[in-house]
Amino acid sequence: MQLKRAINFFELWEMTGVVTMNNYDVIIVGAGPAGLTAALFNARSKLKTLCIDEIGNGGQAAITDLIENYPGFPEGITGSKLTIKMAEQVERFGAEKITEKVQKLKLEEEYRVVVTNQSKYRAKAVIIASGASPRMLGCPGEIDFRGRGVSYCATCDGAFYEGSNILVIGGGNAAVEEAVYLTKFADKVTLVHRRQELRAAKVAQERAFTNPKIDIIWDSVVEKISGNSSVEKVILKNVRSGERREMFVDGVFVYAGLEPNSAWVKGVVRLDEKGNILTDENMCTNIKGVYAAGDVRRKLLRQVLTAASDGAIAAFHAERYIESQFYGS
Amino acid sequence: MIEVNKDNFEQEVINSNKPVIVDFWGPSCQPCLELLPQVEKLSEAYKDKVKLVKVNSAGNRRLCIKLRVMGLPSFLAFKNGKEVKRISGQDLTIKEIEELIKSIA
Repeated sequence: MQLKRAINFFELWEMTGVVTMNNYDVIIVGAGPAGLTAALFNARSKLKTLCIDEIGNGGQAAITDLIENYPGFPEGITGSKLTIKMAEQVERFGAEKITEKVQKLKLEEEYRVVVTNQSKYRAKAVIIASGASPRMLGCPGEIDFRGRGVSYCATCDGAFYEGSNILVIGGGNAAVEEAVYLTKFADKVTLVHRRQELRAAKVAQERAFTNPKIDIIWDSVVEKISGNSSVEKVILKNVRSGERREMFVDGVFVYAGLEPNSAWVKGVVRLDEKGNILTDENMCTNIKGVYAAGDVRRKLLRQVLTAASDGAIAAFHAERYIESQFYGS
Repeated sequence: MIEVNKDNFEQEVINSNKPVIVDFWGPSCQPCLELLPQVEKLSEAYKDKVKLVKVNSAGNRRLCIKLRVMGLPSFLAFKNGKEVKRISGQDLTIKEIEELIKSIA
């Protein structure tokens, strides 16, 4: 592939030493399961591949306690172990990895440029796998008590709540699974959900229902979190009756859904009203040479497995695109 | 970076002549483990101005409670033995940590 290509204008310019720009075949933004899988596929195809993540490896999966629905691990595997293995596999095939914060995606003729807080990187194709972040509750006290009783990561902070009384907010898989995990430490875990039924998988629901340490409060939202040096109480509001109640708790774990990390491509790539990137079934966005994979996409099933699958599909089509666009006859 | 615990906290942090940043981490906190090697590098780069130390929260629960650290990773900045600033959360970036170091350097 390298032999066939003609030297393009940018490369010629750089050879003169006038500018330096870091050039790649593919840039993958995000090193969660989607990004790591895309990096694995592209690096195995001998494409010059760069993977950029602002934190490190693993994304949300890295802070998940136990993953039981990723095939091949009959006993389940912790999210941190699984994503470390994924990262090792990527390293073996030689993808480059850097820790920088992406700020912008630019289109320069047939090239795609990713601007970070430190540099600029240019590639023939870009795969956006920047994932999603926990949605905040947006109630008073949430930000003030972050790290002092408000948490978004049970595996990070659970152990601080030995013998205590905590709330978990949400009704999806993450909320219910992490509520069960937190009973390892806490004396009492109260799940607060704004609806009347949980959305989590049935297995997880059963574990929550049969766990003597877990109580569930339905139809309710957190209106306020307060305390002195750490969280002491919350005000819950029943969304049906409007009734409010005060509860004394030591901690609040928030699993109230996700926000796609797509602000940095807004105006460049087409998003839906919630900020999810729109793609076709080949993970192509509306921009040629730009793909999206994993939780940042509009999709229904957000799992490690489907993120990995998206990553593979995006990598495959990015490679085909590069071949036809840059090396085709 | 030296490991600090309840026994040497006073000596290494409170009585330090230089400003100190304490990195609270834990073995099951993946974001903490991702950050640690990068924080080690910053520790080397800023060693003339700021001292960086780390506390394994798993073996130092009491120290954490005393300092009201209840979330990981957390970075506490001390100047003249007093806490002047802290940042916390699993989405902390190395850039934010470097800014914290610069702010007390």
